[in-house]
Amino acid sequence: MERIPILRIGTLLLVTIQVDLYDDLALRLQDDLSNRIAELEATGVLIDISGLEIVDSFIGRTLANIAAIARVLDAETVVVGMQPAVAITLVELGMSLPGIRTALNVDLGMEYLRQAATGENGVGTDHYAE
Amino acid sequence: MRTVSEQIITRSEVLPIRTQIDLVHVRQRVRTWLSEERFTLIDQTKIVTAASELARNALEHGGGGEMEMSLLAVGARKGIRLKFSDHGPGIADISKAMKDGYTTAGGMGLGLSGSRRLMSEFEIQSSPESGTVVTVTRWK
Amino acid sequence: MVKLLKMMRENQERLLTDWLNGLKAIAQRRDLISDVEVREQARKILTLISNPPPDTVLEDFSSEGWQTVRDQLMAISISRVAHGSSPSETAQFLFSLKPPMFKLIREQLTTTPDELFREIDVTNNFIDAMALHIAESYIESRDKVIARQQEEMLELSTPVVTLWDGILALPVIGTLDSTRAQMVMESLLQAIVQTNSRFAILDITGVPTVDTLVAQHLLKTITAARLMGAECILSGIRPQIAQTIVHLGINLNDIVTRSKLADAFRLALDRSGRTVTQKPGNHTPVTAPAAGVS
Ligand SMILES: Nc1ncnc2c1ncn2[C@@H]1O[C@H](COP(=O)(O)OP(=O)(O)O)[C@@H](O)[C@H]1O
Ligand SMILES: [Mg+2]
Repeated sequence: MERIPILRIGTLLLVTIQVDLYDDLALRLQDDLSNRIAELEATGVLIDISGLEIVDSFIGRTLANIAAIARVLDAETVVVGMQPAVAITLVELGMSLPGIRTALNVDLGMEYLRQAATGENGVGTDHYAE
Repeated sequence: MRTVSEQIITRSEVLPIRTQIDLVHVRQRVRTWLSEERFTLIDQTKIVTAASELARNALEHGGGGEMEMSLLAVGARKGIRLKFSDHGPGIADISKAMKDGYTTAGGMGLGLSGSRRLMSEFEIQSSPESGTVVTVTRWK
Repeated sequence: MVKLLKMMRENQERLLTDWLNGLKAIAQRRDLISDVEVREQARKILTLISNPPPDTVLEDFSSEGWQTVRDQLMAISISRVAHGSSPSETAQFLFSLKPPMFKLIREQLTTTPDELFREIDVTNNFIDAMALHIAESYIESRDKVIARQQEEMLELSTPVVTLWDGILALPVIGTLDSTRAQMVMESLLQAIVQTNSRFAILDITGVPTVDTLVAQHLLKTITAARLMGAECILSGIRPQIAQTIVHLGINLNDIVTRSKLADAFRLALDRSGRTVTQKPGNHTPVTAPAAGVS
C-alpha cells in the first residue's frame, strides 16, 4: 500500500508531499500522522507542500483536520511552501484555512516549531487580531 | 469563409470518472492540455482545481460518470470547456447546492460554488431521471 | 493547375514588376513602409507560390503544401502591424496581384473560353484565400501587440520594492480596476516567494478610491499571502476606502493596518525582531538588529 513517508527529527515530524494526492492517500497520511504524534509524543508537525500543484477542498480539509488532530494531541502544525498560484486559487475557492499556521519554507517552519516547543515567539504566520 | 466570431472546437477528449485514480488522471490530463496551450500558471491552477472538485462530485454524489474536455477557439481567443456528466440521483435543490458551505455529504460544500468562481462560465443541469451535467468554461 | 504554376515560374520577374507597378498606382502609403521592403515581400510570395512541394494544388489553399506561404503572410502581417498599415491596405497588397496574373493567363495559356474561365477562377479564389488569411493574421498580430502593451503597462505600474531584508513594499499609485488589482496580487505574491520575504506592505496611499470588487481583491491578496506564510500589512487607507471596507462588512480585525507606510515598516521591523533607534547626538536613524532572527 502506497504511503507518504514521515520523517522524524527530534520531537518534530516532517512530511514532504510531492505526488498528486489521491483521496485515500491523503486520508492514510492523516491516520499515520495521528498515530506517530501520539506514539512519539511529537511536539510539532511540518508539512511541506511546495511540490503540490493544486490544493482542492478535499486536500484543504485534510490539512485542516491534521492540524486540528495534532492540536488535540498537544502538537503544533505548520504548513510550508504553498505556491502563489495555489494560494490564490484556494482563496478564490473559498478556503482560507484559518486554523492553520503557515511559513514560507522548511527552514522558517522548523524555526517556528522549535520556538513553539520552547515557548518562544513564533516566526510563522497566523491569523491574529491586533 | 471563416468569420472572426465563430466558435470552433479544435480538440476534444473524453475521460472516465469511476475511481479515485481517475480523479488523478483527470487533473493530470487537464493540466497537460493547459500547459500545451500555454494558459498562465494561475489559470492552469484554477482550472485544474475546478476540474478536481467537479470530477469528485460526479464520483461521490453521482456514482461515477465522465468528463468531456474541449478546446475552443473564437478568432485568436482560446478557451477550455469541461463537461462533467453522471447518471446519479441528481441535485434536489440546485440553488441551495450552489451556496458556499452547503453539503449533504459532510464535505466542505465549496465544490460547486468555488468552481463557479474559478471559471468564466458555469452551467448546471440536473434531474432525478437523467442525472447531473455541469459545464464550465474558462477563456484565456 | 500545373500549367499555371509553370507559367508563374517562367514569368516571375515580369509578374513582380507588374505587381509592384500596380501597387504604386493605387498609392499605398509609402510613408509607412519602404519600396524595398514591399518588393522583397512580393518577391518572396511569388517564389513560394510558384515552387510549392509536389502534389500541392492552387485549388486548396488550406492544404499542407501552402504552409510556407501562410507563414510568410503571417510574417508580412506582423510587419504591416508594426508599420501601422490598415487591414484593408494589407489585404489590398494581395488583391493587386490579380490584374497581372489575369493578363498573363490571357496572353499565354488559353486554348478554349472554358479553360480561360477555369484558370481565372482558380487564380481568383487562391488570391482571395491569401488575402483573407493575411487579414486574419493581421488582426491576430494586432491583438497580440495590444495585449503585450497592456501587460507592459500593468507591470510598470506595479513595482515591488524591497525595503529591508525580508520586508517588501508595493506602493500602488492610481486607480485600481479589477485587472490591475489582480496584477498587483500576482506580482506581490510572486515577489514574496522570490525574495523569501515574511512581510509585505501593501501601501494604497496613492489610490483615490476602490470599488467593492477591488477591495475584495486586496483582501484576497492578504489572505493568499498568509496561506503562503507571509504577513501583509495594509497602509495608507483613505477615509473613503475605509468606509467602503466597513460597508462591505469586512472584519478589519482580520487585517493589520497602519495609517502610514512608515508605520507599517516600523511594525514589520518590530515583528521581525528589529528596532529603530537614534544614536545620541546623531540625527540619522539607524537600525540595530535585535535578538535571534536573521
Ligand atoms: N454530481 C452530483 N450529483 C448529485 N448531487 C450533487 C452533485 N454535485 C453536487 N451535488 C450536491 O451538491 C452539494 C454541494 O456540492 P459541493 O459544493 O461540491 O460540496 P460537497 O461536495 O463538499 O458536498 C453536495 O453535497 C451534493 O448534495
Ligand atoms: Mg464537492
